[in-house]
Amino acid sequence: MENAPVANTNAIEVLSLTRRFGALVAVDHLKFSCAPGATFGLLGPNGAGKSTLIKMLTTLLPPSEGTAKIAGFDLVQHPEAVRRKIGYVSQMLSADGDLTGYENLLISAKLHGIPRAERARRMAQALEFMDLAHVSGKRVRQYSGGMIRRLEIAQSMLHRPSVLFMDEPSVGLDPSAKRSVWERIRELRREFGTTILLTTHDMEEADQLCDTVAVMHRGVLAAMDTPAVLKAQVGPAATLDDVFIHFTGATISEGGELRDVARTRSTTQRLG
Amino acid sequence: MSLAHEAPLNAWDEPFPGANYLRQTFAVAEADIRKLIHDPVELFTRMVQPVLWLLIFGQVFNRARAIPTGGISYLDFISPGILAQSVLFGAIFYGISLIWERDLGIVQKFLVSPAPRSTLVLGRAISSTARSLCQMVFVYLIAFLLHVQLRFGIFDLAGVVAAVMLGSAIFSTFSLIVACLVKSRERFMGIGQVLTMPLFFASNAIYPISLMPAWLRAVSRVNPLSYQVDALRTLMIVGGSSVFGITRDFLMLLAAFVVVVVVATKLYPSIVT
Repeated sequence: MENAPVANTNAIEVLSLTRRFGALVAVDHLKFSCAPGATFGLLGPNGAGKSTLIKMLTTLLPPSEGTAKIAGFDLVQHPEAVRRKIGYVSQMLSADGDLTGYENLLISAKLHGIPRAERARRMAQALEFMDLAHVSGKRVRQYSGGMIRRLEIAQSMLHRPSVLFMDEPSVGLDPSAKRSVWERIRELRREFGTTILLTTHDMEEADQLCDTVAVMHRGVLAAMDTPAVLKAQVGPAATLDDVFIHFTGATISEGGELRDVARTRSTTQRLG
Repeated sequence: MSLAHEAPLNAWDEPFPGANYLRQTFAVAEADIRKLIHDPVELFTRMVQPVLWLLIFGQVFNRARAIPTGGISYLDFISPGILAQSVLFGAIFYGISLIWERDLGIVQKFLVSPAPRSTLVLGRAISSTARSLCQMVFVYLIAFLLHVQLRFGIFDLAGVVAAVMLGSAIFSTFSLIVACLVKSRERFMGIGQVLTMPLFFASNAIYPISLMPAWLRAVSRVNPLSYQVDALRTLMIVGGSSVFGITRDFLMLLAAFVVVVVVATKLYPSIVT
């Protein structure tokens, strides 16, 4: 078994985590760890098991076998403790379009048990930081894709989680919206020291944001290192795209469940 | 942005034990009620059905005098039944919003928050009761205009409010259970249609239990709607009387509520898997 001290010092410690759906092994005895304050990027083709992994790490899906420790808490034994320590930005646009930006933040703050006085301060600060103060009274369905993403990041940070999970944070965003989201992610990291685990199909995003990149393929990690080392391994002028293709033997458009692709498309459509 | 003075989450004093539990429960309800305030169209469309039942069905059968109602007019007799029906029909499809919000990723966000699962279930039950109270006001209004002999005593009204809220909470939570089991909108709509009419007809809403064949009588005695209607008939109408006894009505409703909340809390996380 793993040593206890190691498990305690890492923000994320994945211990032989496995999830089966019938005969299919979506995540197969996965092991890796992530240091506090680091940004960890998970690449891989559709159907590689990334979303299943994130669902397990955020306690939405119980593992078939193995476990993980998030901020020192075992997610099988103490899922409630884990939930107090994490934030989650899902792949879907999960801000409620029928509520205003202010209301979305208010409900999140209350669900996270933040009392009234503190709530007002943190919400005002989040709106300002995410450059949404001027539209906070508008319903979110009128927001642009970039604004919705920034709102969601603000929602997920109100309780100051020590680990933030982001499932394809910039999917469907135009280049300038994408850059503004990246800038906010970097600032969160600087300001709060948040550990971030994100999945992405965008190699530039991985290159820009991540200290460590892992390539997931068929439920296991095919490679894991800093972007620079991974690129050097593949060739002198290699990009992360080359790394991806090298380790998965596939382009990102291949494989994957129909449902994954459909969901990404509908997210993209809703972003306009 | 400086956070040096920010207090850690667990250092906050709560005014009383359970304050956070209530805050989380009401936050779930608040999200839904705020949406209803932004777009109240749904409340108005729900008013159509009780109007048809009271105005057409009630008026016609009132003249037929075919159903023994124990000394009160048939219109008076079915008014509590139509109130209960209106609440039932509103609540029984409530679970589809859970499937809808699951597809949008909203449910996932709630489940990743530290709010206990039971607050997510109870919060939805509360928002359903808020809708049901709007329906109650409306049914009272139509009944009043049709000269139904209503009781306006403060305890009568409080009892009606309690019975309406309990019924709405029971059937909306039952609807959540169905949503967690069927998981898709299409199947949910099918099941919802199949459930509604039997629940309605296997109750004392539009005819007394004494008219039913023995087997149907047995079914209606395990149907929470019968106890809700019985309580409403006692408290809402001048001359209305209880078949089961008002205490028993409320005990049965409370028991049904506890059962559906426990089951829904258990099943709720499975909606996202």
